[in-house]
Amino acid sequence: MLKLEKLQAWYGRSHILQGIDLEVNKGELVCLIGRNGAGKTTTLRAVMGLTSRAEGRVVFDGQDILKLPTHRRNGLGLGYVPEERRIVPGMSVRDNLRLGLLASHHTAREADVIAEIAETFPRLAERLDQDATTMSGGEQQMLAIARAMVSKPKLLMLDEPSEGIMPVLVDEMFALFARLRDGGTTILLVEQNVELALGIADRAYIMDQGEIVYQADAKALLADAEIQERYCSV
Amino acid sequence: MDGLTPDLLVLQLFTGLALGAIYVLLALGMSLLFGMLTVVNFAHGAFYMLGAYAGLVLLGMGFNFWACLIIAPIIVGSLGMLCERFLIRHLYGRGIDYPLLLTFGLSYVLVELVRIFFGTSGYPVDTPDILQGASDIWIGYFPTYRLFVIGVAVVVLTALWLFLERTPYGLIIRAGARDPQIVRILGIDVARVWLVVFGIGTGLAALAGLLAAPLQGTSPEMGSTILAESFVVTVVGGMGSLVGAVVAGLLVGVVVAMTSLFAPEMAQVAIFALMAVVLLVRPQGFFGRAGLMS
Repeated sequence: MLKLEKLQAWYGRSHILQGIDLEVNKGELVCLIGRNGAGKTTTLRAVMGLTSRAEGRVVFDGQDILKLPTHRRNGLGLGYVPEERRIVPGMSVRDNLRLGLLASHHTAREADVIAEIAETFPRLAERLDQDATTMSGGEQQMLAIARAMVSKPKLLMLDEPSEGIMPVLVDEMFALFARLRDGGTTILLVEQNVELALGIADRAYIMDQGEIVYQADAKALLADAEIQERYCSV
Repeated sequence: MDGLTPDLLVLQLFTGLALGAIYVLLALGMSLLFGMLTVVNFAHGAFYMLGAYAGLVLLGMGFNFWACLIIAPIIVGSLGMLCERFLIRHLYGRGIDYPLLLTFGLSYVLVELVRIFFGTSGYPVDTPDILQGASDIWIGYFPTYRLFVIGVAVVVLTALWLFLERTPYGLIIRAGARDPQIVRILGIDVARVWLVVFGIGTGLAALAGLLAAPLQGTSPEMGSTILAESFVVTVVGGMGSLVGAVVAGLLVGVVVAMTSLFAPEMAQVAIFALMAVVLLVRPQGFFGRAGLMS
């Protein structure tokens, strides 16, 4: 579904991604782990076309999208929940969700979407008319995920969804990711919480200094304390 | 101060509101462009002037004033969109001074073009028949046309508010003003939104210029004084704040009108004195977000 070939990316003059190869197959939940500054966020941003410069190939659904503008990539079925969640301040939960639907290529009806949200995210359904930024961090994260999901992306990319969120909510969230995957959504997950991420993932890539340094089956990696220690411990 | 009655003060207040209405229309556009695109539009005065000249040409072609009120802003707004598409768009994300310098130069080009085609001297514009004379507003007679200007501003404000708060497109514009990147991530072509916003902003400036034309006539330079005054309004209200543009526009209008009553020669100075006081007390303006420029 998504294939990165020799992907390099820059922010201004700093060369962050040194040429990475990564693949996410349809129906998989793949996690991307590594220390802070390894280039995980930049990888997701490069897939969305948000770095100042990128080279190599980003193939999504058989099409090289490296030169496409960000909004067109969303139109092809790429959903992205950035690390900072980016809930629009001063707007209600409902308006934030509607924003996910307003692109011309999305045709779902608002009422249907709200009904679906109520099922998957009951907490949000109760707060539709509340100012979104007055909700807790966990609820805002749920909203950010719901907003990316309303357009039914083929591939959902999540950047550090568990950051700054109460542990009890984190478990709930990871259970949700597993359900989404089982429901047919392909997921690329960037996560600091290595054990939790490997617990639900199918495969994993480890990044260090802008390169992929290791890849393995998630279960195998979960059992390999030495590799985890070498690349992921702070 | 003989003859200074409360009625006279109230009438002068209305004069201030009519002047303020023009400021509001200009400052709304400016604030919209700054808030959304971080463009400090130095050509705003030129678009205001173009609105008046577009009206002049349309009137000359036999259109009535009412048709001009609709068509002139559309023509000038379209020209504004062309400027955005082919000139200003390339400068987004390069820092605030690039579009500032470009629009500064653009204003000279536009003014010079008008000088070439219409001459350096101005033209008077007739007040439409039905709006001539004065109307009884209980406390006295007030020029009908000035009342009309206030009315137009109220209608435009209401329409703009409904558009921004009640339509899907308005939702996109509001979200884009806060966080254009997430709007892109959600699949919306922000460049197209910005184009529309530029059209609205310059169209509003044109409407203001056309409304001002019967009061002061047209001249190629008519935009330059009011540009400075509108900047004051935008800064006092808070750059990027639409509510601020309305409140500060009316306030500045009233301050000018009242100062003209007591000390006409101080009217221009009063505007800048007001700005100085507001900036000392509240550097971000009435409704501005602190640190927007940093």
